[in-house]
Amino acid sequence: MKPPPFAYECPTEVADAVALLAAHGADARPLAGGQSLVPLLNFRLVRPAVLVDLNRIAALAHVAVEDGTLRIGAMARQAAVEAAPAVARGWPILTEAVGHIAHPQIRNRGTVGGSLAHNDPAAELPAVMLALDAEMTARGPAGTRAIAAPDFFTDTMETALDADELLTGIAVPALPEGTGWSFREAARRQGDFALVAVCVLLRPASGGGLNARVVVTGTGNGPVRVPAAEAILAARGAAGDACEAAGAAAAEAVEPMDDPHAPAWYRRRLVAALTARASMEAATGMEA
Amino acid sequence: MDAARRTVRVTVNGESHEKEVEPRLLLSDFIRHEAGLTGTHVGCEHGVCGACTVLLEGAPVRSCLMFAVQAEGASIETVESLADGDALHPLQEAFRREHGLQCGYCTPGILMTLKPFLAANPEPTEAEIRQALSGNLCRCTGYQQIVAAVRRAAAMLRAEAP
Repeated sequence: MKPPPFAYECPTEVADAVALLAAHGADARPLAGGQSLVPLLNFRLVRPAVLVDLNRIAALAHVAVEDGTLRIGAMARQAAVEAAPAVARGWPILTEAVGHIAHPQIRNRGTVGGSLAHNDPAAELPAVMLALDAEMTARGPAGTRAIAAPDFFTDTMETALDADELLTGIAVPALPEGTGWSFREAARRQGDFALVAVCVLLRPASGGGLNARVVVTGTGNGPVRVPAAEAILAARGAAGDACEAAGAAAAEAVEPMDDPHAPAWYRRRLVAALTARASMEAATGMEA
Repeated sequence: MDAARRTVRVTVNGESHEKEVEPRLLLSDFIRHEAGLTGTHVGCEHGVCGACTVLLEGAPVRSCLMFAVQAEGASIETVESLADGDALHPLQEAFRREHGLQCGYCTPGILMTLKPFLAANPEPTEAEIRQALSGNLCRCTGYQQIVAAVRRAAAMLRAEAP
């Protein structure tokens, strides 16, 4: 058998899962969709004494809109989010981004919360949640707390979650009326993690410029906002060569490293090109 | 370390299987070694190659990326569910006619990926076919004949539909 032995717990309530994680401390790992954790187990790169399987916790599986806010249970399957008409209507950038995650066979099991808590530095969901100002809800022995996206994704494969805390839900605020959006990704093969992915959200600002949000991932420790590119779009709009200038600013702001998948210079060029194209596409989609 | 065995009840291709297994037993190994259905192949065993794809409640999943205990109470379909006795399923017949396989190792996973794909999209474009196949690695064919087989299977299934 490939995975190392572990004790298996399969709670049906969030409180029981939290209690199990608290009781076993660092020896326990929560099991979400398993599309990253099970390979790590099969390689025996992780050897938890206890696996706390979250797949039978019905209260974590929802994808619902409440008062304009999208609420996603941490165990909602990526495929469920991809197929949800309410998400496609209100948060189409999320629908688009989920479609870039691996393959349907993976998205049928993979969960939104699992991907966010795993925080692979080239994963799509952390980037789009950062772009959308999502708020994560974590529950631990001491109770529940909310963590804003910029505080949640702390480093490569690291989040603000404590070892005994469970990510239970994600709240995504409504996109302001008229927001144009774009999600652009470059990967060597369909379904691979991104070499670079870019999220751009644009809407007209009251003073004449734009409100701009630019998030880039794949260039280091996870998704980053790029204020230099946002400032150019805010001041100059998307006309003329402003989108190219935003792309150039983004390429200068990121700090990619050489790795076996791509050299740093290539990632910089991807950042420039994808940011420019995403800015143009988002600008085209804006409605006054 | 407590890795106590657990009883798992799973329906595979309409037949109920009840076995006592270690929690770490992968669903792919359960299907092959406990249910005795060796049509499901294991290639990479870390979710990349797609050879072990089966249908879990009708949806394609990698059976090497879940544990058998997680499938408790679930209904699973494997490649053995396709043929009706000696009569091949249209997907299998199309792959045979178009030489959509050489060594055949990847074929069960490809067929189980395609069954729900063609049910949802009976007339796919070539781009959609290639996208649907992107999660299944074939190292023999170069995919050309596989794409042709999918086109033929889609036509056969459309002709068969009421």
